[in-house]
Amino acid sequence: MHKKEYSTVVIGIAFSPNLKANVFEALRMSALFEATLVMVHVGEKSAEKEENLQKIIRDFPQTLPSHTVLWRVGHPAEVLLNACVSENADLLILGALQREGLLKYYIGSIARKLTRKCPCDVLLLIKPSIERIPCSHAVVNGLEDKKTEAAILRAFYVLFSLGASRLTIVEEISEDAVAVKVDDDRSLRKSTIVKERIRLREKSRVERILTQVPKQMSAAIQHDIQPIFGKRGYSIGHFARVKRADLLVMNAPQANSLWDRIFPHDLEYILSDLPTDVLIVR
Amino acid sequence: MARPSFFSGIRSNLFAGFVVSLIALPLALGLAVASGFPMVAGVITAVVGGVVVAVFGGSYVTITGPGYGLVVVLLSAVSVLGDGDMYAGYLYALSAVILSGMLMLLFGFLRFGALSDFFPATTIQGMLSAIGVTLLVKQFYVMLGDMKTKGTVLELITGVPDLVKSLQWAPNGQLYAVGVGLISLLIMLFYSSITNRFFRLIPAPMWVVLLALGFDAYFGIVGGENPISKKLLISLPNDMLTTVPSPNFTKWTEPIFWGFVISITLVSSIESLLSIKAVDKLDPEKRRANINKDMRALGLATIVSGFLGGMNVGTVISRSSVNVNNQATNRSSNFFHALFLLLFVIVFQDQLGRIPFTSLAAILVYTGYKLTAPAIFVRMYRIGKEQLFIFLTTLISTLLTDLISGILIGLVATFLVHVLLNKAFWLFSRNLIKPNVLMYKETETQSYYVGVIHFCTFLNFYKLKAKLDMVPQTEKVVVDFTLCSFVDHTVQESLHSYEELFVRKGGLVEIIGLDVLETDSSHPFAVRTLRPVQRLRVFSLGKTRRQQQLQALAQEKKWSFIESPTVQTRQLRSFLGYETTSVERVLNQLSSPCEQLSLFDIKYSEGVFIAKESVQTTLLRVVLNTRIPVFSFDREQLLEKLSHLAGFHDIDFPQHPAFSDAFFVRGYDPKLVRNFFTNDLVSFFTAYGFYHISCNGTELVVRQFLRPATPAEATALIEFGIALKKKIDG
Repeated sequence: MHKKEYSTVVIGIAFSPNLKANVFEALRMSALFEATLVMVHVGEKSAEKEENLQKIIRDFPQTLPSHTVLWRVGHPAEVLLNACVSENADLLILGALQREGLLKYYIGSIARKLTRKCPCDVLLLIKPSIERIPCSHAVVNGLEDKKTEAAILRAFYVLFSLGASRLTIVEEISEDAVAVKVDDDRSLRKSTIVKERIRLREKSRVERILTQVPKQMSAAIQHDIQPIFGKRGYSIGHFARVKRADLLVMNAPQANSLWDRIFPHDLEYILSDLPTDVLIVR
Repeated sequence: MARPSFFSGIRSNLFAGFVVSLIALPLALGLAVASGFPMVAGVITAVVGGVVVAVFGGSYVTITGPGYGLVVVLLSAVSVLGDGDMYAGYLYALSAVILSGMLMLLFGFLRFGALSDFFPATTIQGMLSAIGVTLLVKQFYVMLGDMKTKGTVLELITGVPDLVKSLQWAPNGQLYAVGVGLISLLIMLFYSSITNRFFRLIPAPMWVVLLALGFDAYFGIVGGENPISKKLLISLPNDMLTTVPSPNFTKWTEPIFWGFVISITLVSSIESLLSIKAVDKLDPEKRRANINKDMRALGLATIVSGFLGGMNVGTVISRSSVNVNNQATNRSSNFFHALFLLLFVIVFQDQLGRIPFTSLAAILVYTGYKLTAPAIFVRMYRIGKEQLFIFLTTLISTLLTDLISGILIGLVATFLVHVLLNKAFWLFSRNLIKPNVLMYKETETQSYYVGVIHFCTFLNFYKLKAKLDMVPQTEKVVVDFTLCSFVDHTVQESLHSYEELFVRKGGLVEIIGLDVLETDSSHPFAVRTLRPVQRLRVFSLGKTRRQQQLQALAQEKKWSFIESPTVQTRQLRSFLGYETTSVERVLNQLSSPCEQLSLFDIKYSEGVFIAKESVQTTLLRVVLNTRIPVFSFDREQLLEKLSHLAGFHDIDFPQHPAFSDAFFVRGYDPKLVRNFFTNDLVSFFTAYGFYHISCNGTELVVRQFLRPATPAEATALIEFGIALKKKIDG
């Protein structure tokens, strides 16, 4: 049996039309991960709300994982962060909106803040569903970054637990890495050669990481490596959409400076226009 | 590939250079006069351009020299800056020319070669037509012997009847000149429709010069004076090659001066860039010009030319195409054209002085007419009413104000039209700065996939272009607009020239995803917008290029083709892997005569409500005569989805372990499916393993990608369907 990586899962809930779907998704995942689910409600506790929630939990058709409900008051982001720390959470699940409009900005900004500060992994669900829609294909980034190894291994773990069958490891090769500007046929040939060299180098790097994946997982999950050319962080979302993947696994962002907030990059692109469910690995 | 030496193929280049210089001579003289520059300036421009660009340039068979577009801007620079004094204005204009050369040099170093890509195609056309109108009207006056007229274009146009009337009192000296001018215009107009081989040996502008010289020679032989008055004959100063004017930079503090510098640079770069790109398509050796290097060479040449008293050096399309037609192979022909030009001016200085201004003006009237011909208006209208609107807006505002304001108004108009067409400003405002292009090499087909999202217009075309430029033009590229909701005319026109370039080099650009976007025009490059489904009834009249290709495919196979979307009653749910789909629309349907085989683009959604996902793809449907077991076959488990929940499992084939490992075959009854897959079928399916096949017992659906198929892929799919049906039905 593989090591259990997620033992406590936290979900932030609010009484919205999506409540049932959110709770069902969280319960399902916790059951698959064999983890304890902590549902954190931000807002005043009332008997009516309590009753509603219990009813939803009773409706859950499968075996219930162990679960608790916390009722906290305060700023949503702060409350959830504190809960993650105090409960020693491994995964935080958030129901996000697919695109952050101006009106939805407030909610979006909570998700953003959480993804930046959260000490554990964060899963953003764009379309939680009451029925189970099996996750079958995931995309994970293979950027040259010290966190990439963790992200790829985590992706295998999550997919294996969820019973998904296919994983594409995407290496985004940015134009700057190619370094040769294409002006004419000669420079084009040169840049094609450079690109091929980068591709092989990246491939061997990712393959080294793949040797660390437990046999049982790598056998169960069909995996391939796809180099893509485009803007770092953004293109992988586009790729996931083109390939109709169900889950995108990304590294957590590096330390955020003021610069990063002014000029959106990497994760910011994905967060502002969620292509699929996104798992951010810390 | 070895770099061809500068002097290789010297004979053909020498000849090409000679022919080009025959055209370049009258043009150089005429363009200089029309710009308000001394006549010799045109020759200086062409000579300096020919020498400098031949040495430093980055293109192969282009010819450089004074351009048409510049005439209008330079003339207004000379008259405005000189404030009436033409010579003083000329010296000021020279300094503007030198500064614009420096700007172009800078652009070249900063790699702004793509400058012209930032302007919508229609706006550029509008600007060029405005230049054409100005050239046409101003030179029309000169052609009728009126050298002094000033005024705005509109005043000049309304003054034409008076001008024609005034001819009846004109002195004979002027009337003869007008006669020569009019005959010259007729030569220019009808040259292309005369097929006589000997007549075609000499290019049209040279005929105009020969006509003028012949006219003069006739009076020389009969012993009289040339009846054209001296004032209307061109005159080259004797010391033209020894005295160098000194440019006057003293106006550099005035904003209007910089306005001219910018307009000159803009017009010169745009004209050159358009020409370089056009010549790339003519080059028989299919080389790709280094645009930035060429820009640097043009900038340098312009600086030198300005200091010697010449105009901006630009790349010129008509002279370049004559160059290519005369078998030029490299830049040395440009150099030879410069040498011959210099030689002509020195040797025939006396003869050149017998050419009347009116004949040179006739050449420019014709050029101006070509830039603003009614055919251009008709073409704009065909592409779409909104394009005609943008075109006219740019044209008129350029005429009424100046070039920079005109082109800015054109830009704004284009953007507003796009917003109105989409009825959504947010589409542009929200997605403008987001990167919108993804490129990767599809591992299965080894072709490049370029996906575009949100919208694609002149505003962000450069991003797509940067990706396309990185693909070797011998490869296959699929440009996918399925996730795009708006694609404008500029993008489609530019993509079309990519299609041509790739085909010339043995590659292929295929565009998919435009068919579902709607248009009101029948032109293949019309703007296309995604509109709500309920408006589908009034679907487009126009076919995209992909639709045209599919139609050609249908004709070749003698199949029927219906491109308009049909209301779909037939569903896919009986097929394994398509259980949760709900068909939204079917279009571009190709059907075999008995409807046993059909290929169609389909849009269906999977799942319901929030889990709903839309898919656009191309399916092949095969109706079988025999009944076979229900099964699905694919390599990537994409058809799996829900089937394993319903108790379907991967069927093993003990006799074919390799096949069993590589593919996923599912079915109700493993035994029946195993029996159905005979050795023969196993090897057949293995060979076509990249298709996803699903069978409901009597029909098969086959799919390759989760995106619409390109015409080439559609052809392959049909061939596969025919072979498959034969295999199963026997």
